[in-house]
Amino acid sequence: MSAPSGAGGLTARETVEAAARRSYGKLVAYLAARTRDVAAAEDALSEAFAAALADWPRNGCPANPEAWLLTVARRKVIDTGRRRETTSERLEAMAQELDAAGLGRQIPDQRLALLFACAHPAIDAAVRAPLMLQVVLGLDAKRIASAFLMSPAAMSKRLVRAKEKIREAGIPFRVPERAELGGRLDTVLDAIYAAFAEGWSDGAGTDVFRRDLAEEAIFLGRVVTELLPDQAEALGLLALMLHAEARRAARRNPAGEYVPLAQQDPALWNLPMIDAAETLLLRASALRSIGRYQLEAAIQSAHVARCRTGRANWVELVALYDALLAISGSPVVAINRALAVAELHGAAAGLAAMEAVAHDPRFAGYQPYWAARAELLSRAGPPDEARHAYDVAIGLERDEPVRRFLQQRQAELGD
Amino acid sequence: MQYLLLLYAEEAGWAKMTPAEQKQGEAAYGAYAAALKEAGVLAGSNRLQPISTATTVRLADGKPQVLDGPYVETKEQLGGYFLIDAPDLDAAISWAARCPGASHGVVEVRPIWAMG
Repeated sequence: MSAPSGAGGLTARETVEAAARRSYGKLVAYLAARTRDVAAAEDALSEAFAAALADWPRNGCPANPEAWLLTVARRKVIDTGRRRETTSERLEAMAQELDAAGLGRQIPDQRLALLFACAHPAIDAAVRAPLMLQVVLGLDAKRIASAFLMSPAAMSKRLVRAKEKIREAGIPFRVPERAELGGRLDTVLDAIYAAFAEGWSDGAGTDVFRRDLAEEAIFLGRVVTELLPDQAEALGLLALMLHAEARRAARRNPAGEYVPLAQQDPALWNLPMIDAAETLLLRASALRSIGRYQLEAAIQSAHVARCRTGRANWVELVALYDALLAISGSPVVAINRALAVAELHGAAAGLAAMEAVAHDPRFAGYQPYWAARAELLSRAGPPDEARHAYDVAIGLERDEPVRRFLQQRQAELGD
Repeated sequence: MQYLLLLYAEEAGWAKMTPAEQKQGEAAYGAYAAALKEAGVLAGSNRLQPISTATTVRLADGKPQVLDGPYVETKEQLGGYFLIDAPDLDAAISWAARCPGASHGVVEVRPIWAMG
């Protein structure tokens, strides 16, 4: 694919890119829902986009880019179907339907069905988020692999295997019935959040792809809330992601050093984004169906309120953590709860709360546990133990500025 | 499985650092080793002297040929390694990403060839 030259060409290229961004998932969903062949739909679309890059700069952008792309992609899908000897009856029906769609009729948005297929319980949980990013947003395997710390070859293999599974096992492209919607929606939300967390892990926001990944996850979160507006947890997840994203710029000072929440300058926060998160949270709570993401968003909201007003609200925070712990039973939540307990009742109480879950073997390699432990030990514990906890926390940290921040805290312990 | 994490970085970078920065850098490696030990995955580790101390040896037509300097001159040099036990490549990559060497250089992850 070569870049078209000249100002007109650039505009056409931008139109293609905008169409890709807006329509990719919609078109894959539409094509794949009929054949269950995600890989074939992706191949067909990438050919259609290549054709657009060649055609639009010369002949001008079509009035309905989506329909144009679908018409080209459809030919390829039908060719592939013929080679695979899909029963001709189904194929003819599909061809007619695709023709009708290509003639300018509104293309139905089946991205939600596609998301449910990607996050189907039969698909390996670890590959659900990467699969969504590739299939719904069109990101390439190499970049997804880096973001998820996997070798590109292994990631490609997993994605191919997952798509084969969708086709061979007959995983349906549909939104589950109301009775099972809740549980199935959770897997979709978890995969979106996993993508967001990977994007969020780039503190400085200097790694463009990682930062984009957080934005892409927010985009997916919006898709779900638009198509399922009365699902409280979907609203909660979007609120949670917006809250975190709103503080991105404040996480580093101009020298590139890590700034913990308590020392952040609220003036650097994206207030409209925080307001949007608050509105979503209100909408969610009106639906009266509490869940993990709403509670996590409420915790973010409480932290933000404290920093903005200067009024301590640790009683409220411990209560929120208690509720979250009751739902999730997650030892990770227990650690954050222990930090809130420490603010309320002192570091010793926080350490005692942490001791209750410290035996969990997963913590040996879990950085936030060691960072929290080091912080509390530095306030009320033997300096040697604090020093060791800082060592492990620093050693487990991937982000250099955070590493430097923890080293500084460790140095403050004295000898 | 065992994996060797090979740390490549520009040696000149180290010399350019202030003593305080060098101390912080060494402490980061110490902390990394402590984390590997805590997780029970550290099998071995060493830091190498600069390439100016390297000597290469080979037998050419049965005669030893000894040369000053490293085997290949590169922009970044092998400066040390960590040998770790990890269940699979993904786990090894996640340890490599935490290595301070990944921030100021490159970490190459190589599975160990298991013998008989």
